[in-house]
Amino acid sequence: MRPTAALKNAIAQAWRALRALSADDAYDRYLAHHVRQHADRPPMTRREFYVSEQQRKWTGVSRCC
Amino acid sequence: MRKAFWIAVALIGGFAVGGVALLRGETINAMWIVAAAVCVYALGYRFYSAWVAARVLAVDELRATPAVRLNNGRDFVPTHRWIVFGHHFAAIAGPGPLIGPTLAAQFGYLPGTLWILAGAVLGGCVQDMTILFMSTRRNGRSLGQMARDELGPVGGFAAILGTLTIMIILIAVLGLVVVNAMKHSPWATSTVFATIPIAVLIGLYLRNLRPGRVLEASLIGLALLLLAVAGGGLLNEHETLRAWFDFDGPALAWFVIGYGFIAAVLPVWLLLAPRDYLSTFLKLGTVLLLAIAVVLMRPELKMPAVTQFIDGTGPIFGGSLFPFVFITIACGAVSGFHALVASGTTPKLIGNEADVRLIGYGSMMLESGVAVMAMIAATLLDPGVFFAINSAPGVVGATAEAAVETISGWGFPVTVEQMQALAASMGESTLFARTGGAPSLAVGMASIFAGVFGESLLALWYHFAIMFEAVFILTTLDAGTRVGRFMLQDALSHVWKPFGETSWYPSVLITSGLVVAGWGYFLYIGVVDPNGGINILWPLFGIANQLLAGIALCVATGILVKQGKLRYAWVTGAPLAWLAVITTSATWEKVLSSDVRVGFLAAADQMAQRLADSALTPEQATVAPQLIFNQRLDAALALLLTAILWIVIADMLRVSWRVVKGLPVPPSSEAPAVRVAEVQT
Repeated sequence: MRPTAALKNAIAQAWRALRALSADDAYDRYLAHHVRQHADRPPMTRREFYVSEQQRKWTGVSRCC
Repeated sequence: MRKAFWIAVALIGGFAVGGVALLRGETINAMWIVAAAVCVYALGYRFYSAWVAARVLAVDELRATPAVRLNNGRDFVPTHRWIVFGHHFAAIAGPGPLIGPTLAAQFGYLPGTLWILAGAVLGGCVQDMTILFMSTRRNGRSLGQMARDELGPVGGFAAILGTLTIMIILIAVLGLVVVNAMKHSPWATSTVFATIPIAVLIGLYLRNLRPGRVLEASLIGLALLLLAVAGGGLLNEHETLRAWFDFDGPALAWFVIGYGFIAAVLPVWLLLAPRDYLSTFLKLGTVLLLAIAVVLMRPELKMPAVTQFIDGTGPIFGGSLFPFVFITIACGAVSGFHALVASGTTPKLIGNEADVRLIGYGSMMLESGVAVMAMIAATLLDPGVFFAINSAPGVVGATAEAAVETISGWGFPVTVEQMQALAASMGESTLFARTGGAPSLAVGMASIFAGVFGESLLALWYHFAIMFEAVFILTTLDAGTRVGRFMLQDALSHVWKPFGETSWYPSVLITSGLVVAGWGYFLYIGVVDPNGGINILWPLFGIANQLLAGIALCVATGILVKQGKLRYAWVTGAPLAWLAVITTSATWEKVLSSDVRVGFLAAADQMAQRLADSALTPEQATVAPQLIFNQRLDAALALLLTAILWIVIADMLRVSWRVVKGLPVPPSSEAPAVRVAEVQT
């Protein structure tokens, strides 16, 4: 691989990691999964998904001392 | 080649630990501690964790994890191990490892540092990894469920009761830390207040404007938070505005109590979730920045290795080195609370069983590293300054003159002028008696940052550090109140069904009110206590946290024995035995000691006597009955916690005994094994 391509690749990878780490990509992942597994039903909208995700996330112990 | 590398790590590590323990000059460079820590972690991870994972747990990388088997694109999602590591670390790292070492620094830098390193590598990391693994094998079951399934109903009930108790005490003590950091500090108070509308704004952005765009929203929020820190500085210059944010302790306590209630009943997307995004970014960023700054600055530690206070006469909290250094530093060495996170959210993300080593053991190592940095930040201060900030007026005297005289008399010289100059450079009116650990940590962090990035911004760095700690603490307060509410709703639903409906508003209001009243009570008493309250609440929190670790290690030991691994049971059994010894002896002393700075009952009796003799000032006399009642309540609470631990230990030993004797025990709750290759994708 040429150095510029390698650099581009590294930046893209870091960006993907950052999005995954911050759950920025949660909806994209959900959509991909939904298309694969439940293509018969319409998916939740971005907003519906976000609100229900927060509800789920904060129902158990998810933060510590 | 490989071997030579690890021998070198072992030699450097041994040399650094020896240096930390034995060097006795005027000062010692923090790099000794950093080197010792890095080598101990490297050896622990490379050898001990690998051995535990392979031999004791028998991690099987070909066995499908629940994330793979039950993948639903939401909570069960196989995720890259470094991403899970990030999530898990963000979840376990709270204010605990920052505050505990700061308080324990009264014994000198050596005892706390050794316990942080040994406790983490042999205890805390092992607990986190083992529970994470066991929960992964059980489809992400919670600690309480595992205790019930594997040991029986007694263990399960004790685990839930222990969790609820620790939650109440944890929130109270963290609330007290925030209140003490904001007390009569308009800059800190206005900045912390500003974090609330900022979080709400980000919450609305994330739900209504650009749903789910976490990265951009967090960046906007961070910029606003930094503006709030700077804005607080401007506000601090303005006479009228300044007065609006100048509150005493009780007023701030009521504010925190009211805030906690509102935050617990509001929808999560409005306040809790956006605040958590901001605090996670701040947390990871600041920890990284602090690590870089410590390495760049290489500060000298001015605190002696061991102080005279190991005899129990310390000003920050009473009690001798054993057992109290082990109680004071819970998070950072062994934290039972982690077992709750390690059995719940994280196991559902693990893509391969082999990842539990990095995620469970590795995250705890990093958290322990945060505790080491907090210890460095506390001990690089002049000891006189450190004690002046952290000692309550009830211990060193109510006026600045009295305090410096007492502290200088201990052999830690400090002057009123020095403290005034320091307070002025930090943008505060005074730094005397700012107990709780947060202000002294902020002074330490500000010195480190300013030492590397420029002295002129000292006051900004100080208030940045305060804001950073407060954002963290308020997230824990919101989330903890909510979890407490769910647990209470679950418990009350056995009495009356409708209480269990988590979205039925009367139940939400009543249970939230009960949880907030629980921690609010301890917070308020802590604020009015002339000895600062931290000296009472922090040991209680330490005992509770170690109790929870004890329960987790009991579950782990019981499961190992049931799997026929009796010969490896010491891996979790030895840390369990140590925790049982320290929590029991700490409880013994806290309840029965005749030293009024240590024993709850002795302190209550002494105050009752003085009240009867009219030896108290009128102000003291008005709060005395509450303080007397509270000390007796604390004694009962400590006894209850220790009793719970011993009940679970007895239950675990009973199950183990039956295994050895070949008698029937509850069946294993492990999910049936499925090979990775058999799972359809």
